[in-house]
Amino acid sequence: MRDDTMDETTGESSDESKDAAVTATRKAAALEAFKDMAREPGVAKPDPILVVDKVVRRFGGLTAVDVEHVEVQRGAITALIGPNGAGKTTFFNQLTGFDTADAGTWTFNGRAMSGVPAHKVARAGMVRTFQLTKALSRLTVMENMRLGAQQQKGESFWRALVPGFWRSQEQEITERAEELLVRFKLDAKRDDFAGSLSGGQRKLLEMARALMVGPELVMLDEPMAGVNPALTQSLLGHVKDLREQGMTVLFVEHDMDMVRDISDWVIVMAQGAVIAEGPPSTIMSDERVIDAYLGAHHDAPLSDTELQAQLHDAEAELEAEIEEETQK
Amino acid sequence: MDWLTIFTTTVHAAIGWETVVYGLAAIGVNIHFGYTGLLNFGQAAFMAVAGYGLAVTVTVLNLPFWVGIFVGLGAAVLLALLMGIPTLQLRADYLAIVTIAAAEIIRLIFRSVQFKGVFGGSDGRRGFNGDFYAMNPYPEGRYGIGPIVFDERTLWLLTVGWIVVLLACGLVYLLMKSPWGRVLKAIREDEDAVRALGKNVFAYKMQSLVLGGVVGCFGGFFYGLYNGAVQPDVFGTEMTFFAYTIVILGGAARVFGPVVGAMIFWVLFVFIGNLLAELVANGYIPFMTSIQVGPIRYALVGLGFILLLIVRPQGIFGDKREIAIDAR
Repeated sequence: MRDDTMDETTGESSDESKDAAVTATRKAAALEAFKDMAREPGVAKPDPILVVDKVVRRFGGLTAVDVEHVEVQRGAITALIGPNGAGKTTFFNQLTGFDTADAGTWTFNGRAMSGVPAHKVARAGMVRTFQLTKALSRLTVMENMRLGAQQQKGESFWRALVPGFWRSQEQEITERAEELLVRFKLDAKRDDFAGSLSGGQRKLLEMARALMVGPELVMLDEPMAGVNPALTQSLLGHVKDLREQGMTVLFVEHDMDMVRDISDWVIVMAQGAVIAEGPPSTIMSDERVIDAYLGAHHDAPLSDTELQAQLHDAEAELEAEIEEETQK
Repeated sequence: MDWLTIFTTTVHAAIGWETVVYGLAAIGVNIHFGYTGLLNFGQAAFMAVAGYGLAVTVTVLNLPFWVGIFVGLGAAVLLALLMGIPTLQLRADYLAIVTIAAAEIIRLIFRSVQFKGVFGGSDGRRGFNGDFYAMNPYPEGRYGIGPIVFDERTLWLLTVGWIVVLLACGLVYLLMKSPWGRVLKAIREDEDAVRALGKNVFAYKMQSLVLGGVVGCFGGFFYGLYNGAVQPDVFGTEMTFFAYTIVILGGAARVFGPVVGAMIFWVLFVFIGNLLAELVANGYIPFMTSIQVGPIRYALVGLGFILLLIVRPQGIFGDKREIAIDAR
């Protein structure tokens, strides 16, 4: 089954020449699917790749995630946004098997995925990246890439001992990796340690490495965090590219400009629950979303103490950010 | 000053039985710690169960030598599984705690009065190496070049010992340049990233733990065979930490690092010990007695290692670029 999906993706990348037409149709198809769709949380999609039901995750008394129902449309770029602490990353972790949900079920391509360990989730075609980039520092860029390939014969202990078993496959993997590196403009860094790359390059490498798995659904956790503005455009291009190649993208992001630029549909989370869905152009004017980001009484005048408190919070946040920056 | 004795004992140390025993222990630790990032602080336990497996099988059960070897190997595999199953799913430090505790438990069981009939209490077991030396093809005599000579028994042990060391190095070389080794190194860098790429991290860590334990257990065999006895207190935590020192000296994650590390370790140890003893005996150090040479030697060897690591933090074979990445 895995081989089929791999062929599909590689096949698609080969006819990149008739790109423009395909892009238009892919984007149009995605937008067409969302046309006239209700703006309600949990609205049904015509062709969902991921369907989530009643997922709950509690940390002690805190309910971090409590998602009633949500669907992700195949072949589209869906953004998952929400204020800090909304449970976006926790939700990501549930779906990808990195954390166990307390309750709930979800299906990927119709296959039940609740309780499936992370590595099997990835093998099924649902591959994620991380908010704090996980480049494998003391491996070269090329080794990082090769690691992503699936069903490697040389990854079994006994066959690893006889290079003849895996050499030809390794060659194929290397060729595929090289193509991807060229696409992501990392080919010059091929033999450098991943740890020597810049923050943005690591994001690119992580995305390219995820593509080596041959995923159907790519889940990006804050792909733009810590990336310098010059690289942002290139990263955006790559994310759009994924849809062009027939993959589905679900990503968490804070940067609304980016969300507006590339997403076809937006899901908004607040306090663990999905509170609204809608197209990126109008979602930020949705009453529920404004309330979630700014507080329900945001247009009521503030009392002095509230003002002080808000100022204090903002300062604390700034300090935390500065600290994070300096620690990097 | 007897420079000849100092010289010959030092050369003996470089290729002697200690280097074989500790080299093998260190090759195992290198697989665990250097390549996979597993903090196994119970390497002495692997050596103990192997040594005792052989000794008890031959002396108590009166079974042949080869059965004893298989019992020892089986015991090492079993120990790895027992320690790994509960801890390898948890964070890395748990393995460190469990292994150091398990090693002490095993040592205390071996020396307990309750099991004196089987393990021989604090006296240990002796008289199980007859079959090994019966296989000795070297006729009785002394072999060597100039002042560096071994008797036929030592020569036989060293021949077999160094063959095993080289085979272990070959095994590590083949494995670590294969895709299997790549997964191990990636786990050392970040196991979540490896999970996200569809690899069963637990299975790889377990394979690494078993492999390193089995390689290390040969050190236990050779210890028993050379000394003709196994005794519980030999397999204390000191042995494990010597192995770690050797790995770091030679350069972690390098094929020959542990072997060269073991040579340097024992050369320094023997050279400093003998030099001090000679200096004291000849009155060059009037404020020291010959009884004080033992402890002072440890202190000086420790000082030597500190200096060596200041000059070459990456160890003898290490790559300075990797250390630079670590510091980021």
